[in-house]
Amino acid sequence: MKVLANVSMVINLDKCVGCNACSITCKNTWTNRPGVEYAWFNNVETRPGIGYPKKWEDQVKYKGGWVLDHGKLKLRIDGKISRLFRIFYNPYLPELDDYYEPWTYDYAKLIEDESGKQPVAEPKSLLDGRRIDLNWGPNWNDDLAGSPEVASMDPNLEKEIKLEFERTFMFYLPRICNHCLNPSCVAACPSGAIYKRMEDGIVLIDQERCRGWRFCVSACPYKKIYFNWRTYKSEKCTFCYPRIENGLPTVCSETCVGRIRYIGILLYDADSVLRAASVPDQKRLVESQLSIIMDPNDPEVIKSAKENSIADDWLDAAKKSPVYKFLVKWKIAFPLHPEYRTLPMVFYIPPLSPVLKLFNGVDEGNLSPEDVFPKIDNLRIPIKYLANMFTAGNEELIRDALKRLMAIRIYMRSLELGSPNKDALKEVGLTENDALEMYKLLSIAKYEDRFVIPKSHKENAMNAYVERGMCGYDEFKDAVPELKRFSKMSLRIKDKNTKNYQLQQKEGVEFKD
Amino acid sequence: MMMDALGDVLWAFLPYITIAVFILGHVYKYATDQYGWSSKSSEILDRRWLGVGSQLFHWGLLIVFLGHIIGLLVPPSITLAMGITDEEYHRIAIILGGASGLAAYVGVWILLLRRSLINRVRATSDASDFLVLALLVVVMSLGLYNTLYYDIFIHPFDYRTTIGAWVMSVLTLHANPNYMTNVPISFQLHIVSTYALFLVWPFTRLVHMWSYPIFYLKRAWILYRGQETSEVVANA
Ligand code: HEM
Repeated sequence: MKVLANVSMVINLDKCVGCNACSITCKNTWTNRPGVEYAWFNNVETRPGIGYPKKWEDQVKYKGGWVLDHGKLKLRIDGKISRLFRIFYNPYLPELDDYYEPWTYDYAKLIEDESGKQPVAEPKSLLDGRRIDLNWGPNWNDDLAGSPEVASMDPNLEKEIKLEFERTFMFYLPRICNHCLNPSCVAACPSGAIYKRMEDGIVLIDQERCRGWRFCVSACPYKKIYFNWRTYKSEKCTFCYPRIENGLPTVCSETCVGRIRYIGILLYDADSVLRAASVPDQKRLVESQLSIIMDPNDPEVIKSAKENSIADDWLDAAKKSPVYKFLVKWKIAFPLHPEYRTLPMVFYIPPLSPVLKLFNGVDEGNLSPEDVFPKIDNLRIPIKYLANMFTAGNEELIRDALKRLMAIRIYMRSLELGSPNKDALKEVGLTENDALEMYKLLSIAKYEDRFVIPKSHKENAMNAYVERGMCGYDEFKDAVPELKRFSKMSLRIKDKNTKNYQLQQKEGVEFKD
Repeated sequence: MMMDALGDVLWAFLPYITIAVFILGHVYKYATDQYGWSSKSSEILDRRWLGVGSQLFHWGLLIVFLGHIIGLLVPPSITLAMGITDEEYHRIAIILGGASGLAAYVGVWILLLRRSLINRVRATSDASDFLVLALLVVVMSLGLYNTLYYDIFIHPFDYRTTIGAWVMSVLTLHANPNYMTNVPISFQLHIVSTYALFLVWPFTRLVHMWSYPIFYLKRAWILYRGQETSEVVANA
């Protein structure tokens, strides 16, 4: 057993209103630069729909993720040799039009127009400045726009899930990089530029080592790696690691108006990742992923964690992790498309939805939660659809989770009415304490309940004293004489590294501000 | 006298300047600009023509490159000892070299036209992208002229004992321009234009060649990096 920590997220789809505040703040923070205009490290898509980029779940086209081949895990994009032969041209890469051509508007027209008619700001391409016609964008099919044509292309819809008007359903799906335990992007990068951080599991691309072979874009089954057409390097969601390192949530979580995101530590057994990802029956993948998430209260686990230099405050955080509770204790959160076998570490609480009023032609009238409970299969969003998306087709897991969500409602409502009704809770195997705690965490949780993020232990990795004044723009340092002198000094010291610093300290060298 | 001086410059001085710039340029680029070291892929902007052009070009060039190594660095005595007569060698060189050269040539033209004609690709190109393709077109035009026209229709030219010997003399640091005096002008131009290619090489996308990820074959699938060790730890 080799216990490592992974910063993970839970997104409660039951409360997502699709406002895209997460997308906008993420974009403003990370990708408001030329080259990545089309990159949305966080995006929100309407389901059913084809998502962003178009049909990203179509792995026949894009070859993302892993497959089992005679019991052995292999990249769907094929082995290493094929990578070396196909390096001159990667046949499975999405094209810009699978995303959209980024554009701006010719705003000058609005003030310079002298024709006397109503001026129009025309869209023009951010790539080559041409005037373009807009026919696709990052949220083009929001709220089922363009359906049924667009929605019916959703690979999660199977024939029996109908899109008839009376039965339409929709929900929102916010997506970031899943910071997987078994990341296929890492495996597919021939340069070894993509790596998983040992201390917190965040998956990053070393921009200095990326050579632009662009296989990661295909290999990521979630299409969450974007190729910067200006720097010719791949970029991805960083889980806002500079914030996480300081104990702050990611920007998308911080700015979520519905407060639907939770961040916490999960401990996992790094030695068992491969085994967990290689379970033959894909319907058991969720279960096998859960089996390598370690119990933070187990003394064995704690011992192994300490051996891997996981600090005490991290272990405490793991015990308080909201993600662990949703995922393991209450089992109401699931990974997105576990059948890709990447063991994604962002989890989703499936959305409840109204009961179909007209079911089998019979009008059910107004229903209370108690009436809905036994009819959980008649919810507007078909369980099968959710199962295709979150449990590799295992409907039982989704049904249980939805029932649990419903059971809390029944229980809390009965409390309000003064006659506690524990029947539903009993049926789904929850205690009253569970119900109260779930209610609190799901509906009225405070910032520090939703985000339990221990600060990173940088003091072990670097010497903060010599790093002072190291960040920021060098251009600006030149403008401030004190900084200039200082940064030169610390640069010199940084180059020689910490060891040297300690040596200098021994010799009594002092640094003054 | 004039010719001698020019010959010395072209065949004894410039080769070393080129080699020096090539090597030091790469060291400088690698040390100072890792962020700029990339294949500069434009596939995301246009796949269709890249698929044809890039594959024809690279695969063709690979064979041409191997041919050059054998032709210039393996002395005729060795191929003779292997039982390949000079005529046979010449025929193979013309057929294989000509075919792969033509493939690469078609490829490089597709790449150049693609870069010039497809709006998105053109708009996102910089001067070096065009320069590299243009230089390649020049070098390859001359090379193919020598192989497929001069050698066949004008006069078979024995480049192994002339150019090949000169290359060896340069590489052994005893550059001997005399080997080059009777070499036809089109062959000479092929070489001089190649100097230009090598001179810009370290400062353009061509550096991507050195990053051919051969070590990927031996590497573990999943890579971890630790903040304290900052070294790559692999997990099979
Ligand atoms: C083992 C060696 C090589 C590998 C793996 C390789 C790979 C690549 C890749 C991945 C691209 C980007 C294609 C894209 O846009 O997606 C590329 C482009 C290019 N390569 Fe290579 N290459 C190699 C050797 C060479 C050599 C030896 C040359 C020339 C002397 C060369 C010249 C070019 C040029 C000119 C382009 C740009 C094509 C364009 O205009 O888009 N490559 N190469």
